[in-house]
Amino acid sequence: MSPPVAPAGWSRWLVPPAALAVHLSIGQAYAWSVFKPPLESALGLSGTQSALPFQLGIVMLGLSAAFGGTLVERNGPRWAMTVALICFSSGFLLSALGAWSEQYWLIVLGYGFVGGIGLGIGYISPVSTLIKWFPDRPGMATGIAIMGFGGGALIASPWSAQMLESFGTDSSGIALAFLVHGLAYAVFMSLGVLLVRVPRTEKPVEGAPSALQGPQVSARNAVRTPQFWLLWIVLCMNVTAGIGILEKAAPMITDFFADTSTPVSVSAAAGFVALLSAANMAGRIGWSSTSDLIGRKNIYRVYLGVGAVMYALIALFGDSSKPLFVLCALVILSFYGGGFATVPAYLKDLFGTYEVGAIHGRLLTAWSTAGVLGPLIVNWIADRQEEAGKDGSALYSVSFLIMIGLLVVGFVANELVRPVNARHHIPAPREAVDVERQQPESA
Amino acid sequence: MSNDSSQSPPDRRLLIAFAWLWVGAPLAYGLYELVHKATQLFTG
Repeated sequence: MSPPVAPAGWSRWLVPPAALAVHLSIGQAYAWSVFKPPLESALGLSGTQSALPFQLGIVMLGLSAAFGGTLVERNGPRWAMTVALICFSSGFLLSALGAWSEQYWLIVLGYGFVGGIGLGIGYISPVSTLIKWFPDRPGMATGIAIMGFGGGALIASPWSAQMLESFGTDSSGIALAFLVHGLAYAVFMSLGVLLVRVPRTEKPVEGAPSALQGPQVSARNAVRTPQFWLLWIVLCMNVTAGIGILEKAAPMITDFFADTSTPVSVSAAAGFVALLSAANMAGRIGWSSTSDLIGRKNIYRVYLGVGAVMYALIALFGDSSKPLFVLCALVILSFYGGGFATVPAYLKDLFGTYEVGAIHGRLLTAWSTAGVLGPLIVNWIADRQEEAGKDGSALYSVSFLIMIGLLVVGFVANELVRPVNARHHIPAPREAVDVERQQPESA
Repeated sequence: MSNDSSQSPPDRRLLIAFAWLWVGAPLAYGLYELVHKATQLFTG
């Protein structure tokens, strides 16, 4: 499939909604927990078993983004969005069949494996195109799309819960809910497939810099540079620090203020979690857009440096002031979201737009690593502290110190980022791009 | 002179509005539910 080129007069403001149609859909993954209790009672599953489709989905997201990135660059955003639509939607349809026939393995295969491929390809599908349409504001453009991934769970969580309430939480009710999800997301994502276009020229907007301005590095060469791995560390540390809060947000705020005059109720803790989601989303668009003004390296200095200070404030004074605890956690979560959304623009600054989507896909393995690392640190340490007879905020103090250390590591990695050595660049903008595209991957 | 330059490009404002409404409406619903839940932190 050749990439769809925009006709004359095509507005670049049609591209962000195309990206959002995909990202708001695949962001549903973070609302998987809504299906867990019904599945556990209907199919007699344990908590660990019911988490399998989500876990496999996130693993497949990382793998398909890493290995499918080059295909996405080669075939264009419409192909990628179509693949994402088919995989994500048929994942739900297979899950519907699995729930209806009470064959849980089909749900794991459908939602986790097939749907997970849709997550990975869908996540990277609009990145390169958005950067090409908005060379003057790449941070804002990718921020809008990646904000959609955060927003997807906000939509799916109440929507799925209402659906299960209407259809029932037995296996046939769950099957019907999966079926409706599959069909509704197919329709919703089709807008992205129909609208997405690549710009006709390298300079889609008058006055903006050319999309192919500056050094251009192929994905194959990018992973051989120290800059790629330094950014990998930066993203991994930033995400780990965010997950450190996100993973145990509700029990954390409850534990912190359990022995104070203002204990936190279960519903207030749920409110705190919702507020963190809002900060995560706002950070994606807000901080990423700010990076267009102050630069990518500076914004990561803020994420990692100020993030470490926020963790230190929580560790030192968090249990004495609820507003301070909430404020610091919100700032950390906004940096977590901002880190995700700003990284494509950072990659564009370092490696150019040539294969930025494929490079981004490979970098997302840092997310998969952090997804394991963050919860592991916080949960393992909290369990050990509990065994040692500690309670309240003392359960988390060691975790917070580790998070500060990780953020400092990320900060140092960001400081070490320098422009990519010219030997990794593609020799000349146009001819070299054409030549390299014709070469096989193994050449 | 080519056709592209002799004809003015079609007005796409309606399409832009539709596309943003398509994604904006469900997002507004999600945000409404979020704000509703977040207020529980201060009232719950």
